[in-house]
Amino acid sequence: MSVLTDPPKPSFRLSQLLYDTRYRSITIQVIAFILIACGLWWLVANTISNLNDLGKDFNYSFLGSAAGYDINQQLIEYDSQKSHGRAALVGILNTLLVAFLGCITATIIGVIAGVLRLSKNWVVSSLMAVYVEGFRNVPLLLWIILIFAVVTESTPRPNEFRGEDPAASMILADSMAITNRGTYIPRIGFTNSMSGNEVVASQEGLVPVASGGIDWLLVIGTLIISIIVVRTLNARASRIQEATGDRPNTLWANLAVLIIPVGIVLFFLGATIVKPYLKGFNFTEGVHLRNSLIALWLALSVYTGAFIAENVRAGILAVSKGQTEAASALGLQPNRTMSLVILPQAMRVIIPPLISQYLNLTKNSSLAIAVGYMDVRATLGGITINQTGRELEGMLLLGLFYLTLSLLISGVMNVYNSRMKLTER
Amino acid sequence: MKKTVFLGALTVAGLSAAVASAATLDDVKARGSLNCGVSTGLVGFAAPDANGEWAGFDVAVCRAVAAAVLGDPSAVEFVPTTGQTRFTALASGEVDMLARNTTWTFSRDNDLKFEFVGVNYYDGQGFMVPKALGVMSAKDLDGATVCIQTGTTTELNLADFFRTNNISYEPVPIETNAEAQQQYLAGACDVYTTDASGLAATRATFEAPGDHVVLPEIISKEPLGPLVRHGDHEWGDIVRWTLNAMITAEELGVNSSNLSELAAAPTNNPEINRMLGTEGELGAMLGLDADWAVSALAVGGNYGEVFETNIGENTPIGLARGLNAQWTDGGLIYSPPFR
Repeated sequence: MSVLTDPPKPSFRLSQLLYDTRYRSITIQVIAFILIACGLWWLVANTISNLNDLGKDFNYSFLGSAAGYDINQQLIEYDSQKSHGRAALVGILNTLLVAFLGCITATIIGVIAGVLRLSKNWVVSSLMAVYVEGFRNVPLLLWIILIFAVVTESTPRPNEFRGEDPAASMILADSMAITNRGTYIPRIGFTNSMSGNEVVASQEGLVPVASGGIDWLLVIGTLIISIIVVRTLNARASRIQEATGDRPNTLWANLAVLIIPVGIVLFFLGATIVKPYLKGFNFTEGVHLRNSLIALWLALSVYTGAFIAENVRAGILAVSKGQTEAASALGLQPNRTMSLVILPQAMRVIIPPLISQYLNLTKNSSLAIAVGYMDVRATLGGITINQTGRELEGMLLLGLFYLTLSLLISGVMNVYNSRMKLTER
Repeated sequence: MKKTVFLGALTVAGLSAAVASAATLDDVKARGSLNCGVSTGLVGFAAPDANGEWAGFDVAVCRAVAAAVLGDPSAVEFVPTTGQTRFTALASGEVDMLARNTTWTFSRDNDLKFEFVGVNYYDGQGFMVPKALGVMSAKDLDGATVCIQTGTTTELNLADFFRTNNISYEPVPIETNAEAQQQYLAGACDVYTTDASGLAATRATFEAPGDHVVLPEIISKEPLGPLVRHGDHEWGDIVRWTLNAMITAEELGVNSSNLSELAAAPTNNPEINRMLGTEGELGAMLGLDADWAVSALAVGGNYGEVFETNIGENTPIGLARGLNAQWTDGGLIYSPPFR
């Protein structure tokens, strides 16, 4: 009779942690984890002990105290008696503004330059090559300072617009002034404002207007509803096209839906154009696009645009030549081939690097300090830190803001990316 | 068990690293040079001269301290700082002291944890405008565009001044004096505002200084002085008494021409003797050599001499002593006694 016994279990030896492949990876991970934890712990402990030596504590109560300084470009109401937190928010909005404007123009410039660089026309393609190589191989900071210097030094002072025979004059029917302090463009004011703000004339002889957030919400709300209606109309047209093969003409309906409701709203609010005019030292009224904003926006756009152009070119080249040939075999014209066949496929390749270009642009906007643009780095990370001495707190908060913003942008772009993916059957 | 020992060792290492930086005097001596934070360039106060040597009223304080501590006025590493970077540079230990037109305020002393060792220039904030604008008073500046160095007290005073007078302005934030000068001359701002001494120094470098006026209003008190970190009182005392030695020397008539004579043997003025180390132990009390003050004064002379050579009426900057005259002449410059 035979008895089956389990083979004797080898007892666990310490050396197995290193030499036994079953345990080795766990050992390495545990050691790495302990090392990282120790490193972090050392950093924190060192910071705490150094803060103690300096007699400083760590708290964020400074965000609630009065800032005491003024900010030139403010998208929300702000004055020097508002809190440091509010000043940080003003800075955040300024960062978002320049990042948003920059991403849009960089994309437009990038797509155009990328497509043109592949042009068969030698002059066009080599011009684009010069643009791309020139801009992406020179540091962004130089471009920002250069553009700022050009717009500041080459434009007239507000003073030169004055007098009987001025040295400079406004352009576009006296509605726009380009000065060395910025460009003043007309804005839309409302004579029947719903915001409750009093309607006042800024100067005798001018139309009394007010501008309020509520008016703009109304206009934008109407526009959004119109866009939703247009999309429904187009979806219906596509359904009809799939069922019958004929696409009903939606152009006029779309235009009507887009324009008429907004037009009616604008009419009832009494929208008028308010032109800038010279008063005292500066132009007043209208929208003031400061040179710092213009320089930063342009520099970020053309610099990032050069990188995006290369992404676009790579994306287009990634679509095999057979696709173009197949499209022309079906009788598609070149521009329809580009928009219907090549670009949709190229987008798969373009979007992932485009995300990182958007992130770069957003983070690069912190170079604003070079031209005195009051972004969050200049308010929270500059003046506030300097006045309150809260370097650690301010910098952590600043880092957290850029991190959140970057994650948000890449989150949104990833959603877009997954929608643009090829649907595989 | 082993982990606890390891962590314990790390704690000790972390703590000792922090404690080591507390004694600035030992650090400076070990390094053999003084790290002194100055401005990025304000002629008369701190700017490199034609030979690339830093010179100026604030620089003289740095050199005097270096001479008192190390016996060598050239053993100074000058670190140019902007209005925004200066405090971080000092707090982090990048510089040992700051001599950079810095206004002594309550919050900088107590909240930012610095120690102002005295005042070497009593100043106030003023406005400079081109003469062609025809502005006579700061109250006429409604709607003006104002260039302002960010991270300064002047930025806060400016906001307060326009607010209390209920007039508006557009601030143009800039980093350094040189940048401000360029923007102002290009007409990107109507007004440049900073300490009146800084305006005088800046105007002196213009091609046509006469085309610009400094408005009569002085809108704030700006006592400027050198400062050190909180917590190292021995080091603070050294900087404070080096400055006081320069001030006392002028009061007692000690200057660069009679210094070596006075320091050679005890005179019949006991305070001079105590200061110059021919009598008593004042140097040892500071942890320095007995002739520390002699070395410090040998650099540029007493306070009055430093003032006259760098920013006085015979220089392009042309500042009168005014509030910065000795208390015996009706000014505010006053040192506690050497006793």
